[in-house]
Amino acid sequence: MDLDHLRIGLVMEETSPDARSLAQSFTDSRYFDVKVVRDRRELSEDMAKGNIRGFVVIPSYFSDFRNRPNKIAPIQVIADGSETNTANFVQFYAQGAFAQWLQEEAISSGLKGLPQIRMVSRVWYNEQLESRYFLLSGALAIIMTLIGTLLTALVISREWERGTMESMLSTPMTRGELIIGKVIPYFFLGLFSMAICVVISVLFYGLPFRGGYFVLLLVSSVFLFCSMGLGLMISTLAKQQMIAYQVALVTGFLPAYILSGFLFEIYSMPEWIQGITFLIPARYFVQSLQTLFLVGNVWPVILWDIGFMILIGFVFFAITVHKTVKRLE
Amino acid sequence: MLDRILSLIWKEFLAVLKDSKSRISILMPPIIQLLIFTQAATLDVKNVPIGILNRDTGEQSIELVQRFYGTPFFSKIVFLETVDEIKPFMDEQKGVMVVSIDEQFSRNLDQGKKGDVQVILDGRKSNTAQILSGYTASIIEQYNNEEAAYGEVKQQNAKLFPRFWFNPNLLYTWYNIPSLVATLSMLACLVVTTQSIARERELGTFDQLLVSPLIPFEILVGKVVPGIVIGMLEGLFLMVVGLYFYQVPFTGSPLLFLLSLFMFVFSISGVGLFISALSKTQQQAMLGTFVFMLPSVLLSGFATPIENMPTWLQPITFIIPLRYMLFICKGIFLKATDPLIVLNHIWPMALIGIFNIVGAGLFFKRRIQ
Repeated sequence: MDLDHLRIGLVMEETSPDARSLAQSFTDSRYFDVKVVRDRRELSEDMAKGNIRGFVVIPSYFSDFRNRPNKIAPIQVIADGSETNTANFVQFYAQGAFAQWLQEEAISSGLKGLPQIRMVSRVWYNEQLESRYFLLSGALAIIMTLIGTLLTALVISREWERGTMESMLSTPMTRGELIIGKVIPYFFLGLFSMAICVVISVLFYGLPFRGGYFVLLLVSSVFLFCSMGLGLMISTLAKQQMIAYQVALVTGFLPAYILSGFLFEIYSMPEWIQGITFLIPARYFVQSLQTLFLVGNVWPVILWDIGFMILIGFVFFAITVHKTVKRLE
Repeated sequence: MLDRILSLIWKEFLAVLKDSKSRISILMPPIIQLLIFTQAATLDVKNVPIGILNRDTGEQSIELVQRFYGTPFFSKIVFLETVDEIKPFMDEQKGVMVVSIDEQFSRNLDQGKKGDVQVILDGRKSNTAQILSGYTASIIEQYNNEEAAYGEVKQQNAKLFPRFWFNPNLLYTWYNIPSLVATLSMLACLVVTTQSIARERELGTFDQLLVSPLIPFEILVGKVVPGIVIGMLEGLFLMVVGLYFYQVPFTGSPLLFLLSLFMFVFSISGVGLFISALSKTQQQAMLGTFVFMLPSVLLSGFATPIENMPTWLQPITFIIPLRYMLFICKGIFLKATDPLIVLNHIWPMALIGIFNIVGAGLFFKRRIQ
């Protein structure tokens, strides 16, 4: 998701020194790969094909207008709105390159700058704004949801579908034992793949890990507990694997992907969807993971997340046990 | 032969649609997905809480803070009292950004020096952070420009005029719906095709199919068609909802769109068939689906433009059908893309589909002999 080297076009309808110095500030920007042309018609096909994500037009009357007192020289920045997010970034970066140019012009023309406010930004936790840092923690949450919810969703419905459930129930095993026995292998499978993923992220992708490993183990176990609760509940309610699969997709996988806040900002969603996100275990897991990897053991955040996950998990397990018992009577 | 295929197709539809639970589980997900996706999957940033620490009492700083108040981007502003409050505020994610103005701010400005505004961003959310920083920069720039206009200093007579083609108001739904038409029809089609053979195999009914008079080719056709039909229905349903409910424009040719959608679900059901030919149980089929689907969605250009991916990853995107369909969908909905360009994106999908179906066919054949 790191958006540097955006491909844009630059239409220079005139080549005065003014226009060239402005063009220079665009070609020098590390965010752009610029294709310079003389006529905007050369670019419209590139735009349609998506070869460039936008273009800047320096009009033929650019330096003429700049030198007249009552005119403002317009510079058009056209971005491809069909790639909405990228379009935003094209505009932001163009703004940045333009502001840079204005400053240099002011200095070289000896304008005494007015008192000006300057923005000094610092990015905490992820100084280079590497998107893989937060994408990886989201990916971990998705993999764990896959194992926790989707695989366990099929476990009991498979027994029902094959007709082996009745024979299981006729053994001296209690329901609790049955559920635990079914779930434990997946629990360890989940923890095992979590460990592999963390090692890969840290060693291979250079992700920092600033929290404690024990805390990570705790958070992952609680999340697994919670998502397996959901999987078991689905599998007990749906007696067919196909149905269990569909339901698990909609209630487990998709929310982990969309509503967990790893890709899309929760605050920007409509309020009723924000309400739903409180019920999504992945939301808490993603937040904890991001915090553990990039910040450290921030206990208020982590305890809050763990608390919510345990609560949700208990509700799922309670429903599962309740439903399993009913079936037998 | 046609008779036999038709009755197999009919049987497949019955298997999917016969009882109410499974009907609902096929019909409900697209509706839920559409509702939640279009509303939630927005990379727009608004209503994000931020913190402001203003240790300056001059009028300039108050003016600046007022401007933050006035923009629609920042609706929840928390005022911090001391520098020590910044760290917990950021650590605990009570906000994604803190704007900090120091004591010297208005004094510096009065003396003709530059006044620094420190902006601290949460790198855990790098996308949100970058966009917030863009908003802040534009607020400050506007302030500077207006101040400059008061003082009678010669201004830079140049200005940027942002424009957006194909989506003038930069509406997220215009971007989402075409992408969802492709992604969700892929999901529906994959689920149906991958599960159908795996289930027969798990229940042991696949052997019965093999000893029936159907030749392997007919079985393949019978298994592929329901996936194609369900995928296309889902795609068309989403399209109709998008056009009439969300008012997304449709600038291209509907016939061309139908053709592309057909080729797309054809190639996807080819992939689905291949996955189910490889797997013995429904669980395996499901995992296989994910092994295919996750990279597809991530590498298709849905979340991030392909040209910004690492160079070694980019060639891989050529074997992902979703990549072509996303391009076509956005092109036909928004850009009125030239039919020739669209056709250029259709044939790779056909190729992928044929390749996979032939592959799956060979697998079945080996199993029979």
